[in-house]
Amino acid sequence: MVSDTSRLGFYLLLAPILLWLIVLIILPHIGLFIVSISEKIGPREYETGFDNYAAFFTEPLYWRTFARTAIMSILATALTLILGFPIAYYIAKLTRGRTKTTLFLMCMIPFWVSELVRTFGWMILLRETGVISNALQYLGLIDGPVEMLYNDAAIMVGLVYTSILFMVVPLVTTLDSLDDSLIEAGYDLGGTSTSIMREIVIPHAMPGIVSGCIVVFMLSLGNYLTPILLGGKDSLWFTGMIYTQFITRFNWELGSAFGFLLLALSSLVVFAGLKLSRQSLTETMGRT
Amino acid sequence: MIPTVPQPAFAKWCYRAYVTAFFVYLALPLTVVCVFAFNNSVFPSLPWEGFTLAWFFGTETPFIGVFHERAIIRSIGTSAFVAMWVSGLAVAVGTCNAFLFVRHDFRGKGLLYMLMLLPLIIPGVILGISILVFSSSVANTLEDATGLWFDGLRPGLILVILGQFSFITTFATLVISARLQKFDPSLEEAALNLGASKWGAIRQITLPFLLPAIVASAVVSVLMSFENFNTTLMLVGSDSPLTITMFDKLKQGSTPVLNAVSLLLIMISAALGMMSLLFQSRKR
Repeated sequence: MVSDTSRLGFYLLLAPILLWLIVLIILPHIGLFIVSISEKIGPREYETGFDNYAAFFTEPLYWRTFARTAIMSILATALTLILGFPIAYYIAKLTRGRTKTTLFLMCMIPFWVSELVRTFGWMILLRETGVISNALQYLGLIDGPVEMLYNDAAIMVGLVYTSILFMVVPLVTTLDSLDDSLIEAGYDLGGTSTSIMREIVIPHAMPGIVSGCIVVFMLSLGNYLTPILLGGKDSLWFTGMIYTQFITRFNWELGSAFGFLLLALSSLVVFAGLKLSRQSLTETMGRT
Repeated sequence: MIPTVPQPAFAKWCYRAYVTAFFVYLALPLTVVCVFAFNNSVFPSLPWEGFTLAWFFGTETPFIGVFHERAIIRSIGTSAFVAMWVSGLAVAVGTCNAFLFVRHDFRGKGLLYMLMLLPLIIPGVILGISILVFSSSVANTLEDATGLWFDGLRPGLILVILGQFSFITTFATLVISARLQKFDPSLEEAALNLGASKWGAIRQITLPFLLPAIVASAVVSVLMSFENFNTTLMLVGSDSPLTITMFDKLKQGSTPVLNAVSLLLIMISAALGMMSLLFQSRKR
């Protein structure tokens, strides 16, 4: 059946993907792991050991920053879900035709713009001489200028803003596929708005909720720009710490260990999310 | 909570107010960025000093406009150079991958498909440092062995291109595969029956069919490459792309020149985004 030419064609198609995945994804991550388990004992002299990981667990600043990043990311994910769900429901169920397309597009446009520009916008709004501070003074609600940048709330506003699209899009897609007649039937059978939400809408939207949460959590955890620019010097974000080890301190061994820990947490959450919702990576990622 | 089931007017009104507030929240940061590009003041903040175009066309300090600011113009050039390479490579490899996954069955296909999706779940910073660590160790080994210099493997544009390519290819593969799946193979068989060669049939029938997806993924790749920050930050050398230059300027304290660049970026990305949507909707 298999002719020689199609055999050749197959290998020609296989070559680029293997080259890409092996040279740019697999080998670099193996390399990262190897560097993370080597200890510097002299100039260009290394020894294998887990000292870098030990340093992470014994130095409170390191693991606290890690935990803080994880908790803030979970919080950002929850907030994004709570804020995004009503919007997705509105777009999917309460609008039709042209309005629906327009609202959906209006959701998308901010996300085609660079994250840097979006964060810059928040800096202009929130800083001491910024628009919101001035507006509040003008309205007489506060007496002097107030600094709203460089705190955790500012980071949270930025994180939610940056990732909300990745929640809204999968939610709109799954809610769109829910037949209105099911909701009507729920009302006919005497259900209240709350019980219908809980027993019909949310179970149906679950795949979308899970994909949205996974993507938002990953994006928040790996975010660098938003925490650094909106949180200032004391933002204590783990990616910032990785950057410091690599570029400022030039301690690649410790930086690699940090990188590996972040990767481990991120993958763990992704796979736990997929297991909990009994979905595969293939279908979840295909949706977004 | 659907149009056919009546709801109290107050609840409806609250819901609408919330949706409106949400869209204001979405629009607010971009609006202020655009508005302050025209403020006649050296700081992008209130008070409003009057309308000016100096931040675009100005030539005298401190009012040096975007079009006369060398560092920014140069970094736009660098970004464009990187984006062209990334987009070209990603689309080429993405097209090959699409044919591989849609047309061929082989052992380990599921595993390979999952590996192909992996770059989506690796944080950009990690992707950057892993490529940095790997290429540096390769460079060290090669330099020790040969005594030559391998600057291409040190932080710089080549690594930036490879780093961005490593995850943008996944998007290109997904978009092009989705289109190829909709292709009716009997069209290609008809071409073969009419005497076309295998490659001729693909070039004249299949590739034109894939063109909208190829163009859409090329546009999206350019957009993603232009805007990428995390991976680029770790791999950048002395020539910095636009996002890195803007980040450095932003840390030093900003002038409305950044607003002007941002305004241009917003317009270009909105245009490119619309273009990719248009091409994708032509699929049907």
